Order: sequence, then C-alpha cells, then structure tokens
Amino acid sequence: MATKVLMEALSPTMEEGKVLSWLKREGDAVSSGEVLAEVETDKAVMELQARGSGVLRKIVAGDGATVEVGSLVGIIADPDEDIERLLESAGTAPPAPQPAAEPDAGAPPTTPTPVPQHTAPATSPTGPPSGGRIKASPLARRLAEERGLELSAVSGSGPGGRIIKRDVERAPTPPASMPAVASSEYDDVELSQIRKTIAKRLVQSLGPIPHFFLTTEVDMERAVDARAHLNGLDDGPRISFNDIILKAVAAALAQHRECNAWWLDGKIRYFNEVHLSMAVAVTDGLITPVIRNAHAKSLRQIAAESRELAERARDRKLTPEEYTGGTFSVSNLGMFDIDQFTGVINPPEAGLIAVGSIAEKPVVVDGAMSVRRRMRLTMSCDHRVIDGATGARFLQTVRRMLENPLAIVW
Amino acid sequence: MSQTFDVIILGGGPAGYVCAIRSAQLGLKTAVVERDKLGGVCVNVGCIPSKALLHSAYVANLVRHDAKTLGVTTGDVTFDFGAAIKHSRQVSDQNSKGVGFLMKKHGVTVIAGTGSLGKGKTVTVDGKTYTATKAVVIATGTRVKGLPAIGLELNTTTVISTDDALFLPKVPASVAIVGAGAVGCEFADIFNAFGSSVTLVEVLPQILPLEDHEAAAALTKSFKKRKIAIMTGATISGAKVGDAKVTLDVEASGSRQTVAADVVLMAAGRALNIEGIGFDTAGVQLADTGFVKVDASLRTTADGVYAIGDIAGPPMLAHKGSREGVFVAEAIAGKKPHPIRYDNIPSVTYCHPEVASIGLTEAQCKEQKLDFVVGRFPFSANGRARAAMETDGFVKILRGSRYGEILGAHIVASHASEMIHELTVARENEYTVEEIDLAVHAHPTLSEAIAEAALDSLGRVMHT
Repeated sequence: MATKVLMEALSPTMEEGKVLSWLKREGDAVSSGEVLAEVETDKAVMELQARGSGVLRKIVAGDGATVEVGSLVGIIADPDEDIERLLESAGTAPPAPQPAAEPDAGAPPTTPTPVPQHTAPATSPTGPPSGGRIKASPLARRLAEERGLELSAVSGSGPGGRIIKRDVERAPTPPASMPAVASSEYDDVELSQIRKTIAKRLVQSLGPIPHFFLTTEVDMERAVDARAHLNGLDDGPRISFNDIILKAVAAALAQHRECNAWWLDGKIRYFNEVHLSMAVAVTDGLITPVIRNAHAKSLRQIAAESRELAERARDRKLTPEEYTGGTFSVSNLGMFDIDQFTGVINPPEAGLIAVGSIAEKPVVVDGAMSVRRRMRLTMSCDHRVIDGATGARFLQTVRRMLENPLAIVW
Repeated sequence: MSQTFDVIILGGGPAGYVCAIRSAQLGLKTAVVERDKLGGVCVNVGCIPSKALLHSAYVANLVRHDAKTLGVTTGDVTFDFGAAIKHSRQVSDQNSKGVGFLMKKHGVTVIAGTGSLGKGKTVTVDGKTYTATKAVVIATGTRVKGLPAIGLELNTTTVISTDDALFLPKVPASVAIVGAGAVGCEFADIFNAFGSSVTLVEVLPQILPLEDHEAAAALTKSFKKRKIAIMTGATISGAKVGDAKVTLDVEASGSRQTVAADVVLMAAGRALNIEGIGFDTAGVQLADTGFVKVDASLRTTADGVYAIGDIAGPPMLAHKGSREGVFVAEAIAGKKPHPIRYDNIPSVTYCHPEVASIGLTEAQCKEQKLDFVVGRFPFSANGRARAAMETDGFVKILRGSRYGEILGAHIVASHASEMIHELTVARENEYTVEEIDLAVHAHPTLSEAIAEAALDSLGRVMHT
C-alpha cells in the first residue's frame, strides 16, 4: 500500500515549508514514524515523519525545494508497486522553488490560455490553518494573489464580512515590485521562511492595529540591589534584569486583566492567566517563546524557563506550542544600550512593553540632585482594547513593583 | 379591524405574500390586499398549474415512446386532457389555500378587494382607508395580453391566453403558439403530448430568445423530433379570426406563409397591472421602459412606497419577485439586506427536456469581449441519463480564462431545473470551476455532467 509523503503543517501558521535535507534516500526502507527529512517552517526547523512503512520510492521535492502545505514531497510504497499513477494524480509537485508548470500536457484546443494554477487549499491533510482565518471567496483569493494583495489588508463587503471580488478590485494595488537588476551595489536575498512570517505578521500588526505608546522612567536602584542579593544567595539560576521585569509585568497583568487580552474579530478575549511572550533575537529574525502561567511562577522558575526557552529558540528547536498563545509581550533591547524604543504589537495580543537600558542619570530625589540607575519602559497598546488611562494605570503598577521589588510578592 | 398597519402590500402573489411573511417575521404589523386568489398568477394561472400539466405531458410521452423499451407494455393508451386539467386545478387550489394558511400562521391580515393608493402611505379598499405607518409595497404583477394591432385580440375561444389554456376542457386539434419564450415552449410541449398539431411562431431568430444559442438549438432538435413545427424570425403581418379557425399570415426568412389553427395561444408579452390603483394620487411614476420607476432599493418616486415583482422590471419571474419581497421587507425593518444579484437569477423553462441557465450566454460573453473558455458535457455520455433514456441535452459552462470564475452556465436536461442551483450557489459565492470539480459528485447522477463540464473547461474532461 503506497503512502504519499505530504508537506505537513508543522506549525499553526505554516503555509509552506522548505525541505532542508532528506535523511533518507530513494530506495531506503522506512517505517512509520521514522524521520524522513528536515523541514524549515516559518518558525523553526522541524522533522517530517513517515506516515507509512515501505521503501522511499520517490523524492518529489528535493533538498532546498519550497512547497505548499499539502503538496506531495515523496512516495513510500512497496518495492515493486506501481507508483506512476500516484505521481500523476498528485497534480502539482514542484520539484524546485520555481513555480511549477501545469502538469496537464497537451490541453485541448478548447483551452486557449493556460489553466489557472491549482492552488486549492482543500488538499491540506491537516485541515485549515488555525487562527486568523480570513473569509474570502475563491475568486477573491485568486485576484488578490495575482495582484499581490494581502487579503488581511482588504475589508470584506460580502455576507458576514466575507471578502468578495468587488472588494479586491476596489482595494488599492500595491506598487509593482522593483525589477531584478544585477548589481554590485546590493545583494538580493531570498526571504527565509521566518523573515516572510515576520513581514506578514508585522504588516498585519502596524497596518490594522491602532497603536499608541506610553513611556515611563523607572528607578531601578532597589531592583539592582535585590538582584545582587538574590544572585548571591545560592547557586540557583542567575537572575537577569529581564527576569525581574518579566516577573513584575506578569504580576501587574494579574492585577490588570484589562491589558491581558486578545483582540479577536468582533470580540475581546480577556485572560485570567498570564502567558508572557518574550522576544528573543535569533540569527535571522526574532521569535517570541511563551512563559505559560507566568503570574503563578516564582522569579526563579521564570529565570530558569526564560533561559531555557531562549537557548532553544536560538537553536530553532522550539515546538509550535512554545511560541504561540501568549497574552502579552515583553521585548528588551537594553543590552544594546537602547535608551527607549517602541515595539510592534504581536497580534492578537493587545499590548507589549519595550525595555530600554539601565543607565546612571542625574535625577532630583527629595529635592536634591543624585545619580540613580534608571530604565525606560515603553508600552505599545492596541487602542481597540486598551485606552490611555487603562494602559497608564497598568504601567504605573509595573513601575511601582520594579521600584519596590517586595510589592511583586504582595 | 384595525385601520393602521406598519406595512400594507398590494397583491398577494409570490412577491407580495413573501414580502408579507418576511415583514411579519421581523415584527411588523402587516396586511396584504388581494382582489383575487392568494398566490397570484404563479399559484393560480402560471407556474404551478402549468407544472402539473407538464408532468402529465411527461407521463404521456413516457408511456407513448419509452415505456415498452423500459419493459412496461400498456394496452390502448388514451389521453384525457380534461383529467390533466382537473389535477392541475387541484394542485393550484391546494397551493392557494396553503398561502392563506401561511398568512394566518404569520399573523398577516388579508384584505380581500382591489386596493388603491392614496396620499401619504394610505390604501383604500372598498371605500375603507387603511394607513401604513412604515411603508406601502406595490406587488400587483402582470396579466396576459393579446396583440389587437394585428387582429389577435383575446376572445377566450379561438384566440386565447394562458389563463384560458389552463382551463380548456379538451385539447384542440391544432394550435399556433405566438411567442416561443418559456411559456410558449412549455405549452407547445403540453399540447403536443396530448395530440395537438403545434406550430411555434417566434419573431426573434431562435426559440427561447434569452437562452444560449446551443440550448435553443438542443430544444429545437428535441421539439422537431416530436413533430412540433417551429418558425423563427417570423413576423405575423395579419390574422383572420373565424368561428372555429384562425389563419395567420406569417413572414419568415423572406417568404410568406399561412398558418391555420383551431386555436391561437398568445404567449408573447404581458401587461402590467398598474391602471386605476392611484399611481397619480400617490405620486408613483413609471420609467421609460413602462415598468414602475424604482431605485436600486426598489423605492418608487412616492415617499415610503416600494414596488416589487413583475411591475418593478424584468425578469418577470416568481423567484425574482419573492427575493425582492424579502429585500424590501428587510429594508423597511431597518436592516441592511444583501443586495440582489440580478445577473445570477436562474431562468428555467420546464418543457422536456428542461432548459435552465444563469449568467451570460456565449453570445453575451463575445459581445462583452470577455476572455472566456467553454466547457461542455453531453448527457449522451452520462450513465444516469442513458438509464432513464433521457440523453437529450448537455451542460455548458462559460468560465473566465484567467481565474476560472463562472460567467454563465446552461443546462438542457430532463431535470435541468433541479440541477442549475449547484451552479447558482457556486456563482453567488464566487466559486470557480475548480471548486465545482473539487466537490465530489455522487455517481451515477445527472449532476456529474456539471463537474465534467467544469473539468472540460479546464481541459481535463474524463468521460468524453
């Protein structure tokens, strides 16, 4: 019994995957569950497992090929089984990153123009991608695809807000892409999967999300002292300033549920638990692993978990569950001596705190000049969920906690 | 009885009574004024009784032509047109009573009599004035008409309308049908099946002038097999109406001919029921087309007065009127109704084989200079059709070359009327031919031909 090896949705947002390398060769015996190939998804390098046993008879998408989820990448069958029909019936099977030609050779004369590319999503064996589904008619999808329009940027006028042909036709067309010119002045670099995802997500964010920003300066004297004491206590995990900030934000969110929320189409979801997304820079982008139930975790636990998550993020070993489902984000560029910055909200989350560096500054304390260690926090808010005063009160709580670390455990 | 309603609807046909039900569903106090029977032309002298007669015609043809091959041998077969008429009347009466029941069930007040519009959303029936607080809806419909200019005035015996044809005690020996649109073709089928010698006379170059030329050609072929005479591009220059005979002078393709028949059935054009119902008083104006002048939301020129159904413009179809009734009721209730896609209303002729279509014909695609591809599939290659010995016809889909969107679809088949809706739903939702193919079609069915036609348009047809 032959088994088709299909590109699987290895992350919730994955739409296509790049075959990094096959670990099996054509002719190798494989058994169900064995790892066939390494696949780069939009977020991480994942393993593609065999769903049947037999011989890997055919590799359709070779090393380096990028294919849509649900596309045929190989065939497992008995050694003498006829797989020609499977190969034919599989339809599009792009062997290389170039767009595949329609396999129907010799279209009859009734078809004067090339047949539209078969892009039907219904072939995905894992069902539709979860979350953020955009309602659009098949014709609207095709039109948008051809015009290079992101459907998320089009507002729908059909039943229930469905995007229909008319909406795509009325949407402003994005400027035509620059023609490719060979030049030594710059290098054109193909987008990696993670870069594509970042681009898409951020456009989704700054485009439709009405951001506003709140900045506060925090006196970190006590936090610095507390950290020094704690790290001197025993040989537990070393606690970073970021861990203290994560802990304070989690504790403050538990008191300000109004900022611990998702904006969903037509509703706001407030969370009773705090799942904190922490931005981690990786080689060619960033990823936001999530510390689950951060409000209920001790500083030590958070320190241990954040370190472990960051390491695995840099190694691209996170599983999809580990970087999705956050309710609020913290992004820290203090280590790069950035005084302050504004972060882009990670939808559907409604808020993010951007952390600047801790620096000695002259400030007036009790009527006298003194040098204090200060740090700036800038909160980005989705105004649809968080209003100015709401965000300000929450940020005030965070500041108070950091200025009086004991308040965190209150 | 209360003198005030939220909505008063003039006319209890398929536009008016559906508008009443939707209004009542939306909590509006609603009244329908009807001078005759509820259900209008559709239920009483149109869609419904003619479908009963067409089924009789189908059975007559089945017994006469195919029964023996199918293994059913009958003795002497007699055809009783009177019995067929009786059955059709029973169906009509049941349906009309059904509409009355629906009015009661939804709490709609039915006012019997002829309504006349007054100033400021008032309606007078038999001297009694009723006021609508929200809106008055005109849904008075159309009626049959003759062609007095060429001597063909309706006389109920030799020059008859479909209203008369539906009550004939027996079938005439010969019938000339003026107008080969849906109504003309359906009656040609009925009279032919019951033994009349039928001549169809159409002024335009093809029968079913609004349908795709291939659909008209397929039906022409099928009719000619059954010895129905067809004259297209034919102008009637004169008529002599005798006591038991009518003679028509017909000019067709450059030559003059005389067509003699016992009865002439006028199946061309309908007159609007707009006289003497207070349009001037209320300020309801007509458009240049002769229909009531309405805007895109079906509002007339009088404040708070809407027009729906046949009087609001073509196509004059019951289901178009019903949808307008729903649209207007929702608009009156302050909702935002989904706009009606007039180019996606199915058009159906219920003769044998049936002809059903949506969207553009091939000629219209060419006229609009669209870049399109045609996909076809004949029923002669469909197992289910062969089993039923009903292989006349085809499915034809016109799709855009680039995106595969459905521009038009045409079905000629024994059950085309039931099959067209797959394509109507697809087109309404902007599915392309690929989505049609991707939906698995049961085997064996006539509907497989739709999937095959979609595949044919993609250059991948399987079974031809």
